[in-house]
Amino acid sequence: MTDSFAMQAGGGFSGGADYGDDTLVRVDNLVKYFPIKGNGIIGRTVTHVQAVDGVSLSIKRGQTLGLVGETGCGKSTLARCIAGLIPITRGKVYFEGEDITNLPRAKMRPYRRQIQMIFQDPYGALNPRRRVGSIIGDPFAIHNTATGNERKRAVQDLMERVGLNPEHYNRFPAEFSGGQRQRIGVARALALRPKLIICDEPVSALDVSIQAQVLNLLADLQDDFGLSYLFIAHDLEVVRHVSNAVTVMYLGRVAEQGPGDQVYGHSRHPYSVALLSAAPAADPDAAAKRQRIILTGDVPSPINPPPGCRFHPRCPKAQDLCGTAEPVLETKAGDPSTHLTACHYPVEAGENLAAAGLREQP
Amino acid sequence: MSITEVSFQASQISDAPVTAIQGRSQWQLTWRRLRSDRVAVASVVVIILMILFAICAPLIALATGHPVDTAYTATGENAFGNPVGPGVHGFILGTDEIGRDLLVRIAYGARISLFVGLLTTAIATVAGVTLGLVAGYFGGVVDAILARFFDAALAFPYIVLALALASVFHPSLTIVIGVIAFFSWAGISRIVRGQTLSLKEKEYIEAAKSLGAGPWRIMFIDILPNLLGPVLVLATLYIPTAVTFEATLSFLGIGIPEPAPSWGNILSEAQAFYHVAWWYVVFPSLALLITTLAFNLLGDGIRDAIDPRTERIFAGSKAARQRRKRGRRGNGGHGLDDAILVGEQADLTDDQPYPAGGVPGLEG
Repeated sequence: MTDSFAMQAGGGFSGGADYGDDTLVRVDNLVKYFPIKGNGIIGRTVTHVQAVDGVSLSIKRGQTLGLVGETGCGKSTLARCIAGLIPITRGKVYFEGEDITNLPRAKMRPYRRQIQMIFQDPYGALNPRRRVGSIIGDPFAIHNTATGNERKRAVQDLMERVGLNPEHYNRFPAEFSGGQRQRIGVARALALRPKLIICDEPVSALDVSIQAQVLNLLADLQDDFGLSYLFIAHDLEVVRHVSNAVTVMYLGRVAEQGPGDQVYGHSRHPYSVALLSAAPAADPDAAAKRQRIILTGDVPSPINPPPGCRFHPRCPKAQDLCGTAEPVLETKAGDPSTHLTACHYPVEAGENLAAAGLREQP
Repeated sequence: MSITEVSFQASQISDAPVTAIQGRSQWQLTWRRLRSDRVAVASVVVIILMILFAICAPLIALATGHPVDTAYTATGENAFGNPVGPGVHGFILGTDEIGRDLLVRIAYGARISLFVGLLTTAIATVAGVTLGLVAGYFGGVVDAILARFFDAALAFPYIVLALALASVFHPSLTIVIGVIAFFSWAGISRIVRGQTLSLKEKEYIEAAKSLGAGPWRIMFIDILPNLLGPVLVLATLYIPTAVTFEATLSFLGIGIPEPAPSWGNILSEAQAFYHVAWWYVVFPSLALLITTLAFNLLGDGIRDAIDPRTERIFAGSKAARQRRKRGRRGNGGHGLDDAILVGEQADLTDDQPYPAGGVPGLEG
């Protein structure tokens, strides 16, 4: 699976501005602000949390877009905006060329069948008072696509397909392990044969051995049904393993975007470099050789993000320009056209960021 | 529930033959726990007997030969025109002041009391649950308006409203049912609203939305099953309240009009005769007391069965008594015992984590 991905990744991806036919979803300058209400009976909106602030990306048919970034950078908010679960403040979401931004519920219904979600918490995402058969049968019930025995058979087929025992149709979610519950979530997402599945940290709550099983299941399903995934995780290795293209987010903005081997192998944004250097490596020799870049300070508040480049207060390469001018997400010199970076002073090959003024791990 | 227990249960499930395992629903577990609670079982028996008593009222009238409204001035009253006592002239529980058979009156009164109690509770529960769900789920302006409405209904002086209605219209069964239902739903609404506020933030609600489920489907299919427990307990506890409410209204003369007997209006008449006819006061009061007590104890039992973590002083089950005994046994020794008991009680499918400090037995 990794091999075929690597091959596709070389040529298939072409950034956020693609209008071609194989683009399934295009997100255009999406903005999501959450209002913060003041005190009083009728609270006035005092300020906003700028959770997502101008993100553009596109997801290709049959491919996986990985979305990485620290906790609180707006990954999950972006996912919920694309899934139509929360209203979008500004910007557009296109699905197969159709504008699905903030559609009313009735008009959104046909697209719900196409866009499904797998949730992070396999315990919280299943209603504890309902039997597994009726949980997985929910999509059929809501969209009136199968009833009675037909629905039961469809549900049992799905259970078999995701590696659950169809005999367990009448059990409650509490009778399953974490990995099995996540399979139930996958079966439910798969029921209506969607084109896009948004995976919001689908394996972060699972044991490492179970993670691999679920990831393999997702890969098999992608091959069988031609699914596209928007895959959100903070485990960088997991994202690298499953993704054709990767988007790195920082504080509601895209820092770097491009094919997986480009973003991982030739990171241009200092934040991507720092993020990658902090990921644990499976090979102890490689881990020993690697230089870890320790960023100083905390992620600034999304209520009042820093001006200019949002990363500049923590960036080892920051200069005066970074504090005033907002960098544009563009292709940097020497990169393929699909590799976009939002940085005034991108990292050059061989450059040692740890030496550029930051403490090094002893 | 500890991690080791969970993994043990998981392996048990996957190793066992498929046919041998049968998933038990929360209701099956609740029912099992309820059956082991002797007080609750006794309450159910008492309630069933009381319902049979009410249903069989015409048969009792037939058996005694005393129709409900017939005044036996010759045999049912003594020389001073006062009621005769229990056992005199074939009146098992005595008579009232105009010589009617008290047993038959109480039996017919049970019909009214239970009918009013059950019907008003049903109306109040359906209305309360629906409005509570709507207020909690939609929130915002809808919630603000409904919440003020709940507060108004709870703060309203019900006796005054009943008096006003009874003086404008004539007192009747319909008015009694309307008044009681109107003053009962708001309490249920408040509880349901609060639960809905927390339940609607769960991830499975978001999952339902992402599948395209509409608000009504989410409210009644995803949220309602999660709050049926508290609603059932509340409803059971509302029945005796409604029965007492009806008795109060009838006692004040603004409830069920004479000559139809209700426990309240029998007691209302009886208060003038308590010094010459104790049975006239005692037996209808006992009927009222037994019925309300049985429903209250059943409500407690259901609450314990739904949530075995709560501790009750008169818990009737063997396990509960053992648990209390173990809890009392010194400060040092209950760690292991309680852990085992928690495991036993939780059964396999209870996935709600125990709240901090909520180990049963410590309070006993």
